[in-house]
Amino acid sequence: MTIANDYQSVMGRKAEIMLKSVGIDYSAFESGSIAFDYEKMMRETGYTLEEMQEIQYSVNVGNTPVLELKNLTALARKCAPLGKGARIFIKDEAANPSGSFKARRAANAVYHAKRLGYKGVIAATSGNYGAAVASQAAIAGLKCIIVQECYDSKGVGQPEIVEKARKCEALGAEVVQLSVGPELFYKFLLLLEETGYFNASLYTPFGIAGVETLGYEIAMQFREKYGKDPDAVVCTNAGGGNLTGTARGLRKAGANSTVIGASVNLAGLHMASDGQFNRKSFTTGHTGFGMPFSSWPDRSDVPRSAARPLRYMDRYVTIAQGEVFYITETLASLEGLEKGPAGNTALAAAFAIAQEMDQDEMILVQETEYTGAGKHIQPQISFAKDNGIEVFFGDPSEEVPGKTIIFPSHPSMIKAREVDLDHMRRSLIKTAVNNCSGVLTEEDILFLAEETKTDEGFVKGVLKSL
Amino acid sequence: MIKKGEWVRIHKIILQPSERAPQVPEDTKQVPLEMWDKGFLQEDAEIGDEVTIETVTGRAETGTLIEVNPYYEHDFGKFVPELLTIDKQVRGILFGGDQA
Repeated sequence: MTIANDYQSVMGRKAEIMLKSVGIDYSAFESGSIAFDYEKMMRETGYTLEEMQEIQYSVNVGNTPVLELKNLTALARKCAPLGKGARIFIKDEAANPSGSFKARRAANAVYHAKRLGYKGVIAATSGNYGAAVASQAAIAGLKCIIVQECYDSKGVGQPEIVEKARKCEALGAEVVQLSVGPELFYKFLLLLEETGYFNASLYTPFGIAGVETLGYEIAMQFREKYGKDPDAVVCTNAGGGNLTGTARGLRKAGANSTVIGASVNLAGLHMASDGQFNRKSFTTGHTGFGMPFSSWPDRSDVPRSAARPLRYMDRYVTIAQGEVFYITETLASLEGLEKGPAGNTALAAAFAIAQEMDQDEMILVQETEYTGAGKHIQPQISFAKDNGIEVFFGDPSEEVPGKTIIFPSHPSMIKAREVDLDHMRRSLIKTAVNNCSGVLTEEDILFLAEETKTDEGFVKGVLKSL
Repeated sequence: MIKKGEWVRIHKIILQPSERAPQVPEDTKQVPLEMWDKGFLQEDAEIGDEVTIETVTGRAETGTLIEVNPYYEHDFGKFVPELLTIDKQVRGILFGGDQA
């Protein structure tokens, strides 16, 4: 019997394909209603922190340096009220083999795939994770396919994604490139079925637990060098794994740093729109992923996402594209460092937030990423200009994503704009209730309190208002 | 004539506009879902022919032959004068006008 490979038929086989390609029976953690045992899932399918460190260090991942940005701090203090301006640091994750922190997630996923006897790995990603999986698969001797959304219907590729394809190929992967659309998932499922490879999803427990080493290292490095934990840690937030893993690692180290998420504001742009695809200058770390994945994590490519950022986020801010570009150029100009856009999103936020903090406090941006052709501010800005985006100096708070990019007329105009976390928490609770057919149990209410980093009172209050 | 065994790039329509997922926005629904892949050509062919390739993972994939010895052309973009303005400004604020 031939298997039907049309869209509906393949999507109908999703659960079966997923089970075979991830090797996790997620039903073991389900309660039957809203609650599921998140910690049990992380424990039984993930690895201990020590095991993850061993795995990562054995493939040259991790132990990246922390750099103090003294000139950027000095510039922030010039913009801040008297006595304000925390010391700004970055953790130079670009020093990982594939040029970003994603090597941590990939190291674990690929290790796990090899241990289970898979011959290859597949990941659906247009981001740094592709190169990370390709790099780790190369070390492990596994085959690797990366499926990426790259071109609009005119065949014009986003420069940054084109560069990521090049890097994946340079590291030995097959890169399957697609035009814009969520049906990428359909081709992804077909490839998993055809090859029998491991689904190196970004959202499995191994992938997320792989980032815990980053949070843990931060605490250890700060204690050794500065005698205390950083007061605030800023994470660029998209799918939520970066923030979730880092925060979990900080907690495992006993650190109480404030955890802040930061995303580039792309409000108004539809992520699945062919016409808008090349009107954005950021391919990840933006609100188009950050907002939906934070307020409903289980929209990912696995049944239960291990990335659940609302559990860990103390604060969530957005930043304009023009502000990130400005800080990226400032980093090169004042610190002699050229880095890619992901970490610089959090850095632009940290530059503003440092100005609210005292001078003896410390704020850390927990990642940097590599930069190069396509994946650099100059090609991104000139690409935006070619696509009809107006680029000028002014007030970045007036930037309209897809129409303008506004560099701040003065660095003091760089602002971290608060996202209403309670609004996102209410949205998460509402979606959970809408997806549940039965009556809510006490366990469900406690679960929702954990999911939203609130308490029973908050959850009950939201439930009453629905 | 492109010889069997050459490194090539192919293009293929994965979903016609009528087959696209219901949740995609209107503009995306008007166009097909396209795919590009690379591999070793399995038979002698000309640009525009329907061909089979063997990818680096050993998979067979079919599609229209569009390029032989494909290479990347992405670069560092055109000159963006605003970046020099930013340099001058931040160095001026931090170190003073003379050293900017």
